[in-house]
Amino acid sequence: MTILIAILAIVFIVLTFMVVSKTQSILKGLSKSEVEESEYLGAPDRYNSANGVGLFVFWLISIVGIVWSFIVYKKDFLPEASSIHGKETDYWFWVSMIVIMIGFFIVNTFLFLFSYLYRHNKNRKVTFYTHNNNLEIIWTTVPAIVMAGLVFSGLRVWTKITSEAPANAEQIDIMGKQFGWTVRYAGVDDNQFGKYNYKLMDDAGGNPMGVDFSDPNSFDDFANASEMHIPKGKPVLLKIRARDVLHSVFIPHMRVKMDAVPGMPTKFWFVADKSTADMRAELGKPEFNYEIACTEICGRSHFGMKLLLVVDEPADYEKWKKSQKPLLTENPDLLNKVPDNLKAKAQKYTSTEPVAAEATPEVVASSVLGNSSKVLK
Amino acid sequence: MSTVSQVEVHEHSEHAHEEHHELGFIRKYIFSEDHKVIAKQYLISGIVWAVLGALMSVVFRLQLGFPEMDMAWMKPFLGDWISLDNKGLGKLDPNFYLALVTMHGTIMVFFVLTAGLSGTFSNFLIPLQIGARDMASGFMNMLSYWIFFISSVVMFVSLFIKTGPAGGSWVIYPPLSALKEANPGSGDGMTLWLVSMALFIVSSLLGGINYVTTVINLRTKGMSMDKLPLTIWAFTFTAILGILSFPVLLSAALLLIFDRSFGTSFYLSDIYINGQALPNQGGSPILFQHLFWFLGHPEVYIVILPALGLTSEVIATNSRKPIFGYKAMIFSMAGIMFLAFIVWAHHMFVTGMNPFLGSVFMLLTLIIAVPSAVKGFNYITTLWKGNIIFTPAMLFAIGLVSFFISGGLTGIILGNSALDIQLHDTYFVVAHFHLVMGSAAIFGMLAGVYHWFPKMFGRMMNNAMGYIHFWITFIGVYLVFFPMHYIGIAGFPRRYYQWSGFETFNTYMDLNAFITIAAIITVFAQAVFIFNFVYSIFWGKKASANPWKSNTLEWTTPINPGHGNWPGEIPTVYRWPYDYSKPGAPDDFIPQNVPYSATPESNLPEENELIAAEKEINSIKYDTSLHD
Repeated sequence: MTILIAILAIVFIVLTFMVVSKTQSILKGLSKSEVEESEYLGAPDRYNSANGVGLFVFWLISIVGIVWSFIVYKKDFLPEASSIHGKETDYWFWVSMIVIMIGFFIVNTFLFLFSYLYRHNKNRKVTFYTHNNNLEIIWTTVPAIVMAGLVFSGLRVWTKITSEAPANAEQIDIMGKQFGWTVRYAGVDDNQFGKYNYKLMDDAGGNPMGVDFSDPNSFDDFANASEMHIPKGKPVLLKIRARDVLHSVFIPHMRVKMDAVPGMPTKFWFVADKSTADMRAELGKPEFNYEIACTEICGRSHFGMKLLLVVDEPADYEKWKKSQKPLLTENPDLLNKVPDNLKAKAQKYTSTEPVAAEATPEVVASSVLGNSSKVLK
Repeated sequence: MSTVSQVEVHEHSEHAHEEHHELGFIRKYIFSEDHKVIAKQYLISGIVWAVLGALMSVVFRLQLGFPEMDMAWMKPFLGDWISLDNKGLGKLDPNFYLALVTMHGTIMVFFVLTAGLSGTFSNFLIPLQIGARDMASGFMNMLSYWIFFISSVVMFVSLFIKTGPAGGSWVIYPPLSALKEANPGSGDGMTLWLVSMALFIVSSLLGGINYVTTVINLRTKGMSMDKLPLTIWAFTFTAILGILSFPVLLSAALLLIFDRSFGTSFYLSDIYINGQALPNQGGSPILFQHLFWFLGHPEVYIVILPALGLTSEVIATNSRKPIFGYKAMIFSMAGIMFLAFIVWAHHMFVTGMNPFLGSVFMLLTLIIAVPSAVKGFNYITTLWKGNIIFTPAMLFAIGLVSFFISGGLTGIILGNSALDIQLHDTYFVVAHFHLVMGSAAIFGMLAGVYHWFPKMFGRMMNNAMGYIHFWITFIGVYLVFFPMHYIGIAGFPRRYYQWSGFETFNTYMDLNAFITIAAIITVFAQAVFIFNFVYSIFWGKKASANPWKSNTLEWTTPINPGHGNWPGEIPTVYRWPYDYSKPGAPDDFIPQNVPYSATPESNLPEENELIAAEKEINSIKYDTSLHD
């Protein structure tokens, strides 16, 4: 690479010197005759036609280049949409793309064609043409109508995408932090999220999401910092939040993007219609995985905020959910955060072995009680 | 300081400026109040910043195009920002990568395309084209430049501090920019950024108020608003945009300063960082985004409108044909200016803003495409049946029109909130705005430099070097930004140090490497321009007074206009600035100061009626002397 740059630098230096020496020789020739006040220095020079023709040739080569590069690179455009609304936005993306490409080719063609056709020729008589109201009206209304069409299609799709999520949507609490994502599920027993509060966040104490364990709904909640599972064919509502700086949930294949804002929960709902297995089969890539990325600059490792997304068949999804350990089970110390009157209910989750769960409650409870009574005294 | 306009003329005042004694070097070239000198100061500052900003882009493009590259060779000038891994390979620090991206954006948008473009040409052309001796307030004008200079120094210093310059991208969204713990670039570098921008806003307001005042009050005899060149219209609209929107950025910055240093919570709420919960509650990061984009969006028009104005002039002159649809051009610019204030939230479709608000802003955003399209069509119709002279300025102007169209069209996709979901903050956006406002505005600026260089420095720039510069840059820009759309459509996010961590973005390495090479060639081709610029200032071919046979008033001044611009009386204006190739006229141009009574052979019927009004125009008494 270094060599490449060095070569480039040398090429440019040589080029510059060539131009300079050429210029100087021209200038020497000129300095003999002093310039007059009224001399027409801007008169077309001998390169004028070449420049005019050049612009048109540039455009012809560009068309070839654009078509060729489009065909070559098309395969990676808009990675295969795997959500229902994604197919619709993709459709409108390509509709808009066709509209603007038509505009692009027509307008640029005129621009470069006129540059070529009307390059200076001392015999040409210029048409003194200052305005034409009809033309102005035409090219104001035509774009306006096209825009109106695109606006209405866009509004319709946008309203649908941002509408309220269906009541049966599978809810997932997803939190961005420097530099990673954590997802929380409402649990299999009550299917209700426990409340959270940023003041309860405690990385060292095993509660990075600030789950409020005084809310019994939280007892069966489980979390995951490396994978998010969602069911295929069922609405999924992401409840998005951030705990330090702005982040943005971006699931390229799902056409999902929504900022994560500290202090202001956001949301996005969608329906995935292709499971990870479906996509692996379709793309012929057995190692394919959906990914979640961050698209709002958040600091040093912004580029590394990855979370795997697994789209399961609904049955597999339910099975997966059952196999997950609630936060209390993962980290029994969290029981300390549970108020005394709910301890008994919480104890069910602190141990994986049901027998032990019956034996320990008194011990833990009494020790905690003892402590708190000391504090109270 | 001058009081303005329409005071009864005193016998001596017309030549008052000639009584000035020669100013010393410092008053003449450094703390000058002359608009032409101030314009050159802005131009040269802008070029210096542009070089710096472009070189930064080379460094981060190398990282993106060749992530495996050994960067140890940059250690001598980047120091600790290049770290050596255990194999001895030099790696760019990811924090510094973000700082480079941030500084590239800040420098290019504010220091080059706002100060360097608007500062240069508004200052240079407003008095010369409206027929004024100088700006309404020469002192304020000087103050404007020197405050900009201090702002530049502060920003420049921030590049050298230990924690590096600001690193939260040019939009400096809090909480990232508000919390020192979040990013080294949010420490002292961010403080300096805010101080520098506050000064920049002051400078920009001083300049803007001056431009508007001058255009309203100091036009010469006969220069009614409908005879103003389109450049002046563009500069005026730009200045109004700046005056109304920059104060909002200042307030946004001030509140951010409070949040950073005085414990307020305008933008902060519910934050847990570095193992502790912060006490701030109730603030909204979205509030900052609204305030920022209330300037941020007009800012892109602040950047592009002057470029479009310059282009109008260059295209008409070099097509030897009147600009098509003069009034439509003015109304389009007015429309763009008005709409520019009410489209800001299209940058925020996926920030969690109320979706209904998104619909409203989508509607308004797509409306702005209409006046922009009209401008494009009018430029092209101006070329039609003209007799085009491809000076370097003309080539760059045509380049601008092409970029403006190509880049503007993708805005139709991004302005559609439903489609923006996927494309927001991807390289599609980067490609879009680099074409439509970045490259287009730079091309406008370069067209302006090539075109008005003879009036600025009394010498011509070299054409051959101009052509080489144009062709490499024009092709280079398309090679950089066209493929970038592809990368964006594939979903590659912006502000990523590298993409290899994601399987989804693990394609297109070849395309990224290609873009990097094209970018390096394009950046280094600018050396041809800089050489041509410097060389021509001292040794260029001597210019004539009106080398392009142009109509506007600046070309009626002497080759090197002195203080006060015209040695004698300021010319009176009788006609619009675009009488090129008028049927019946002996020459293919009729300057604005030629009365209709002198051109009976080419007058249109309605213009013959205007001859009677000429006496009236002549009898207006203006006090056009310089007061200081």
